[in-house]
Amino acid sequence: MAKYLFLIYGDEQAWEAESVQERKDKQAGHGAFAAAAGDAIVGGHELLPAATATSLRGSGAGRPTPTDGPFLETKEVLGGYYLVEAPDLDAAIALAERLPELSAAHGGVEVRPIRAAD
Amino acid sequence: MTGNAEVGEAVAQAHRREWALVLAATVRVVRDLDLAEECAQEAYAQALRTWAVNGVPARPGAWLTTVARNRGRDLLRRESVLRSALPLLVTDDATDDIADGVVAGPEPSGLDDDRLRLVFTCCHPALSRDAQVALTARLLCGLSTAEVARAFLVQETAMAARITRAKKKISGARIPYRVPSAGDLPDRIGAVLEVVHLVFTTGHVAPAGALLVRRDLVEGAIHLARTLHQLLPGNGDVAGLLALLLFTDARRETRLSGDGQLVLLDEQDRSRWDAGQIEEATALLTDALRHAGPTRYSVQAAIAAVHAEAPTWADTDWAEVTGLYDVLRRLWPSPVVELNRAVALGFRDGPAAGLAALAPLLDEPALGAYAYLSAARADFLRRLGRWAEAATSYEEALALTGNEVERAFLAGRLEEAVGKLG
Repeated sequence: MAKYLFLIYGDEQAWEAESVQERKDKQAGHGAFAAAAGDAIVGGHELLPAATATSLRGSGAGRPTPTDGPFLETKEVLGGYYLVEAPDLDAAIALAERLPELSAAHGGVEVRPIRAAD
Repeated sequence: MTGNAEVGEAVAQAHRREWALVLAATVRVVRDLDLAEECAQEAYAQALRTWAVNGVPARPGAWLTTVARNRGRDLLRRESVLRSALPLLVTDDATDDIADGVVAGPEPSGLDDDRLRLVFTCCHPALSRDAQVALTARLLCGLSTAEVARAFLVQETAMAARITRAKKKISGARIPYRVPSAGDLPDRIGAVLEVVHLVFTTGHVAPAGALLVRRDLVEGAIHLARTLHQLLPGNGDVAGLLALLLFTDARRETRLSGDGQLVLLDEQDRSRWDAGQIEEATALLTDALRHAGPTRYSVQAAIAAVHAEAPTWADTDWAEVTGLYDVLRRLWPSPVVELNRAVALGFRDGPAAGLAALAPLLDEPALGAYAYLSAARADFLRRLGRWAEAATSYEEALALTGNEVERAFLAGRLEEAVGKLG
C-alpha cells in the first residue's frame, strides 16, 4: 500500500459565495466520500481561508520573520486535504474522483504520493 | 559454430521483433523498469556470444526472455537489501515474484499480455504526452535514448532527463503495470492510440535528417497496433488505426525514386504498392465500419482506402474523399483536418477553389509553423500558373521543413517556379 495526499484546490470567492444548501450538499458529499473510502482515510481536514495563513521562509541565518498570507497569491487556493492509503495511483484517482469539489466548475484535486519511509 | 554475420542478423531481427516482449516479460518479474532494461540489454549481448557457439535457438524471444528474467532474479537476490527501500511497480499478479524459479518464456501465440501492460503503463494519463511518446518509443519500440531524441527533435540530455523523470513518476506515484479494467479501458485506450499514431507518423516522415522513413518507428507502431487489435477486436478505433497504418505503409516502396527523390501520391507507381497489406487493411476497415460505425481513425483509413482503390491518380474519387473529410471534421475537428479537406476540395473543384478553401487557414496559429500549409498553397498556385506567389510559398515551406528529402523536393519545385518567372 502507498499513501497519497489529496490537496483540494478551488476559488475561495466561489467557495465563500456558496449558499447554505450548497454547503450542506458538499458536507454530505464528504460524508459519502468518507463512507466509500472507509479505512483508506488516514487523516484530513478543511482549512480556514488563505487570508488566515502565516508564512515563514528560511533565510539560512537568524530567525525567520513571519509574514502575513500564503506562499503563493493565486486565485486557486488550498482549501483542504486528505491523507489516504491506496494500492496504486489508479485506485487513488478512483477515490479522489468521489470528492464533491470535483463536481464544482472551479474545484481541482492534486494527488501527491507520500515518500515511503526508508 | 554459426557465422558472425548470421548471428548478428538473428540478434538484430530478434531486437526488432521481440524487444518489447522480452522487456515487458522481465518487468513483470523484477518490477523495476530500469533493472528490466538493463537485464534485457544484457540478454541481447549474451545472445551474440552464445548463439555464435550454440546456434540460433528455435524461439529467440523465449530464449532472450528466460535469460533476461534469470539475470533479473540473480540481481534482485544479490541486491535485495539495497533495493528493499525502492518502490516496486505494482502488478496485478504479485505472486509471480522472484521466489518462483519457473522459467516462463513468452507463448508463441495468443494474447501478448505483458506488452499490453507495458503500453498502458507508458501511456498512463498521469504522464505528460511527451513522456508517453518518449517511453513508448524507448521501451516498446526499443529505440535508444539518442535515437528517440533525434526522432522527436529534442537534445539527447533533455530526452534522457524526460525519460528518467517519467520512470520516477511511474514508480513514485505507483502507476500500475496493468491492463486497465473493462470499465476504464474505453477512457484509457484513446491516449494509447494517439501515442501509437504519433510514433508511426514520426517514423513515416522523419521530422529531420537524411532518411524519409524510420523503419524502426513505423514497424514498432504497426506491431503495437496489431497487439491492441488482438486485445480489443471489437473496438472500431483500434481496427481503424491498424487499417490506417497498413494503408499508409503499403505505399512505402514508392515514396522515393531510385535516386532518393520524394515521389508524391500523383506520381507513385501504384503497381508497387503492397497489395497484401492493402487487402488486409481493407478487410479490417470493412469490419470496423460494420461493427463500430465511423470513428476518427476508421474515417482516416477510409480516406486512405479511396486512394488505394483508385487505379490511377486521375481516377481518384475526390468527391468521396471530400465527403469523408466532412465526416472527419465533425468527429475530430482540427486545423490539420481542415487543411487536408481544403486540398481534397481543390482536386475536386479545381486549384482556385482549393486556394480559396486554404485562405482562412493562413491565420490559424496552430498551423503557423506547419510546412504542409505553405506547400499546399504553393502547389495550387503552381497549377494556376501564378509563379511569383508559388515561389514565395515554396520558400516558406522550405524554411519550415527539416527533412532533407522533403527539402530537396521543395527546392526542385521552387527552382521550376523561379525558372517560369524568367
